[in-house]
Amino acid sequence: MVSLHSYLILSAILFAIGTVGVLTRRNAIVIFMSVELMLNAVNLTFIAFSKYLGNLDGQIFVFFVMTVAAAEAAVGLALMIAFFKNRESIDTEDMNLMKW
Amino acid sequence: METLFFLIVAAIAVISSLLVITNKNPINSALSLIMTFFCLATLYVMLEAPFMAAIQVIVYAGAIMVLIVFVIMLLNIRSESGGRTAHARFMGVATGLLLLVLTGCLLAKSSLSTARGNIDSAMIAKVGHTELIGKSLFTDFLLPFELTSILLLAAIVGAVVLSKKKI
Repeated sequence: MVSLHSYLILSAILFAIGTVGVLTRRNAIVIFMSVELMLNAVNLTFIAFSKYLGNLDGQIFVFFVMTVAAAEAAVGLALMIAFFKNRESIDTEDMNLMKW
Repeated sequence: METLFFLIVAAIAVISSLLVITNKNPINSALSLIMTFFCLATLYVMLEAPFMAAIQVIVYAGAIMVLIVFVIMLLNIRSESGGRTAHARFMGVATGLLLLVLTGCLLAKSSLSTARGNIDSAMIAKVGHTELIGKSLFTDFLLPFELTSILLLAAIVGAVVLSKKKI
């Protein structure tokens, strides 16, 4: 029997890796993938707690997180394509339209 | 045996997620991310959530990653010319480590004992995981479920508007 703490530690490690990815990369798509990694780390926490507390509510929440991630992927990638059409790049250094 | 299996899957998940953020080529990052998603699906099966494992593979590794890989190939993105400055990189890694230490301290001090619900392995084996999820979704969580459809509609409209010629 794997303890709840093992799952939570794994989830924390994955979340931290996702954070580092968001903060250190410049490619917008890689940043987007790091955000997905963070969402998945949280999903793992939800499901681990759901099992060890004998309650399905956490898994329902994971279901909604996945829906939001799907919507986010559709809109986010459309935004990136629109940005690429204008600037020929998806480097975050080039996203300075609102900078003054 | 179960612990050994968990350790192997966890190690693969951590290594592949490290590859996601270190690979220079976005396609390699995407493939490593798919590997991470499959490892997480394996862990969901170990946590007696087979339905969640199935939609993890279908929705995440299937739909979302196909979209990401499609966009990477459509835009023909090469490897990054140069990363962020050394300063920004150091701060990013430091923030990640700090987050990890913070969570570790929190976990070490906490005792995770509280009132248990009534869902156990025997019930999941008898009734079925999908049925339990479905019942919960269409009774207690009906309103959020319906709101999700509005969210998805808004996402569809948003994606169509954003892909217009002039924006």
